[in-house]
Amino acid sequence: MDHLDELEAQSIYIFREAFARLKKLALLWSLGKDSNVMIWLARKAFFGKVPFPALHVDTGKKFPEMYAFREQYAKEWGLDLKIDYCPPIESIDPTLPPAARSAARKTEGLKLALAKYGFDGLIAGIRRDEEATRAKERVFSPRGTEGGWDVRDQPPEFWDQFNASPPPGAHLRVHPILHWTESDIWAYTQRENIPIIPLYLAQNGKRYRSLGDADITNPVASNAKTIEEILIELETSKEPERAGRALDHETEDAFERLRVAGYL
Amino acid sequence: MRSTTRPKTLSSACASLAICDAMSDGMDIAVSQATLATPNGTTRPQVRIVIVGHVDHGKSTLVGRLLHETGSLPDGKLEMLKAVSARRGMPFEWSFLLDALQTERDQGITIDTTQIRFRTQSRDVVLIDAPGHAEFLRNMITGASQADGAVLIIDALEGVRDQTRRHGYLLHLLGIKQVAIVVNKMDRVDFSAARFKEISDEISAHLIELGVTPAAVIPISARDGDGVAERTPNIAWYDGPTVVEALDALHPARPLDELALRLPVQAIYKFDDRRIIAGRIESGSLNTGDEIVIMPTGKIAKIKSVESWPQTPVAGPQGAGRSVGITLDRELFVERGDVIAHVDAAPRDTRRLRARIFWLHDAPLTEGTSILLRLGTRESRATVVAIEKAVDPGELESVATKAIARNHVGEIDISLAQPVAADTYFDNPRTGRLVIEVNGRIAGGGLVLSVNAGQRAVPANIVPVESALRSDERAARHRHHGAVVWLTGLPGSGKSTLALALERRLFDHGGSPVLLDGDTLRAGLNNDLGFSAQDRSENVRRLAEVATHLARNGHIAIVAAVSPSLHDRAAARGIADTLFREIYVATPAAVCEQRDPKGHYAKARAGTLHGFTGIGNDYQAPTAVELSIDTSQLAVNDAVDAIEQMLSRSGILFDEVIDLASNI
Repeated sequence: MDHLDELEAQSIYIFREAFARLKKLALLWSLGKDSNVMIWLARKAFFGKVPFPALHVDTGKKFPEMYAFREQYAKEWGLDLKIDYCPPIESIDPTLPPAARSAARKTEGLKLALAKYGFDGLIAGIRRDEEATRAKERVFSPRGTEGGWDVRDQPPEFWDQFNASPPPGAHLRVHPILHWTESDIWAYTQRENIPIIPLYLAQNGKRYRSLGDADITNPVASNAKTIEEILIELETSKEPERAGRALDHETEDAFERLRVAGYL
Repeated sequence: MRSTTRPKTLSSACASLAICDAMSDGMDIAVSQATLATPNGTTRPQVRIVIVGHVDHGKSTLVGRLLHETGSLPDGKLEMLKAVSARRGMPFEWSFLLDALQTERDQGITIDTTQIRFRTQSRDVVLIDAPGHAEFLRNMITGASQADGAVLIIDALEGVRDQTRRHGYLLHLLGIKQVAIVVNKMDRVDFSAARFKEISDEISAHLIELGVTPAAVIPISARDGDGVAERTPNIAWYDGPTVVEALDALHPARPLDELALRLPVQAIYKFDDRRIIAGRIESGSLNTGDEIVIMPTGKIAKIKSVESWPQTPVAGPQGAGRSVGITLDRELFVERGDVIAHVDAAPRDTRRLRARIFWLHDAPLTEGTSILLRLGTRESRATVVAIEKAVDPGELESVATKAIARNHVGEIDISLAQPVAADTYFDNPRTGRLVIEVNGRIAGGGLVLSVNAGQRAVPANIVPVESALRSDERAARHRHHGAVVWLTGLPGSGKSTLALALERRLFDHGGSPVLLDGDTLRAGLNNDLGFSAQDRSENVRRLAEVATHLARNGHIAIVAAVSPSLHDRAAARGIADTLFREIYVATPAAVCEQRDPKGHYAKARAGTLHGFTGIGNDYQAPTAVELSIDTSQLAVNDAVDAIEQMLSRSGILFDEVIDLASNI
């Protein structure tokens, strides 16, 4: 087994544990590279089927390429796609900095979707290496009834034994690719030939490393026109992956505040 | 795949590194290189290392320093951090690199594990920083359980402290064998070789006693850099490896291919016409055509195919670590929690385990506690029947108690509600460990020390036949659910009288009671048993098994047996599980002796009856039962009323007629 095989086997194990132990699961599909890898892994875990809905909490502000991708692959992959819209910006805490406030719509949209469908488990494609507060996450991460994350009182988790009993009204976040890195994602995408949104590849000296809302996500300078070139670029880059995400840079704790409130 | 790697010096190798996080103010960095191939095409080994030790002994400082010494920080990062510190009016600390969360910075201690990646000469290192504060032991365990090796850090001035010992003990319980000791803050003891030796000797002795031999003991000053990547003149007397060299010598945990096959079943999928048994191979390997046994039931089959996606089926052996799906050559009842093994090297099936555990729950673990046990993918209710060697692993001399307090360790005997397939930790480190859950939250875990396999050592080809009658059909007729009503108490306390009266009452109401009298069963089923402690346990176990079988088939089994041992009764409860209703017939000893219905007290007093429970102190009164009855205070009829009320309250008896149609 090589490194990618090990990562894959571990993720499949997590998917199967989540499906065995939770009653009503959904996979959060953001259309980005990570969640596409996640869907691929789910199909591996369940022999081609994704036996739970793929939920897209839509801000309505994604790039057109992302919407096109969603339509095409929801069909091609046989997904039970559920699209739910986020509430308008006016309903969001005005004390948040602008980009964080914009991103917080997604937290609220997620809460509404949770209430609507009654999911007890949400599968999310976050990774430890992306961002400091995500490094603190458990694979099975309990949330409060309001969707909040109590980072100070996380239960112990070891030996692939997971805390999978959310109290009534609360839910769990399940993170099957928590242990992957950005390079792992690209190497695996290449090996498995998983489709990607072309925005990740360089055009006119720029590419997107991370895709969020069109108005608060910026491309980075890059000449990487293929996945192979992305991998080489990542090897030498010292830029953070989320450098193009405005919300991470507004205040020191903007992202943490979002996450404690239930952001991904 | 990439082909870019060339052998590099340490500092340049680490320049391309990968760190996941630092301070969260937008300065966190780069990418990781876990999949880099070396020029000959092999993958660099990735080792995961946890840094543990007493609070304030310098874990985060060491990590910060390591990043700097290995050239792992992006250009300008250090200057930025120093500027941020100045802005906050705080002196710069290396640990700021790790203090990722606002809350941590405020409090000045690391509260959770953070993972950081970098490279040494020949390794990709994932550093797991685990909190040293006793309050966060669960986080230390969460972090350390993912590690291949550990660095245990000790303050040269303070020396070995309680949390140092506790973390050492936990490394042993977590099965981490590769441990490097770092004696930090050597600058505070003037780089004294004597002080270093003193600490080195003490901690080495402690770890070796636990079966962990330190790979190295290294004198360092994380703050100033001595011993981290260089042997500076300050530690000229030391000729062992530096921290970076020690990390470079650690090995990644290897998949357990060479051990016997263990495939714990995660689920059975029928998404199409295939019936796929899914799970991860924890050890050994399997292939199409292998003859396998499903434990604990002992059913035998052959592997028909190994299924996969997108290509399927796949040929060739599948080794440890793989998540697989298999189909069998025959239709067998297989469920989540079963373990698939090769016929000649199967795990044992058991209802009794002994384990060495650590306990993280607020309330101490005590004898008789009902717990949920997770062993691989198996989940089972269980009872803690005995606790030994419960100690605080942080204390040097600690007195063993009968309860395991939070953050303490101990050995426990566990009685399981159902048979499970189990290995000892010594036979299989992956499957020989368990986790205990309380109220849906992981509360402890540990290593299986021994498996009491009972009578059946070899897997037999046993296929239990379940009744075709459904329990709701029986319940509708009897107007009660199945139960085990267990009457315990001194000889002469009135157990049999109550049992007979209860049997009559239930029967008259249309129910289906069955009396199991201890003495009556001793005349037949149990006539091979005497009155030694062992035989008494076996007597109780058989009574419980028979009673549970009756209860599962809708009858109310009424057991009247002295059953003097708390452990044995806890085991009986473990067998009957939620069907168990214990009644303590608490008639005072003097009244029992005065009644003496069978003349046993008189004989015992005269010395002609040995091993009689009653005149000695060998009856262990229960502390927590469903009902307690003193027959010297309560008439038989009233006592039976009380039992009926208890059975109604606890959902066994019901008045309304169940509408069978509503269940269809």
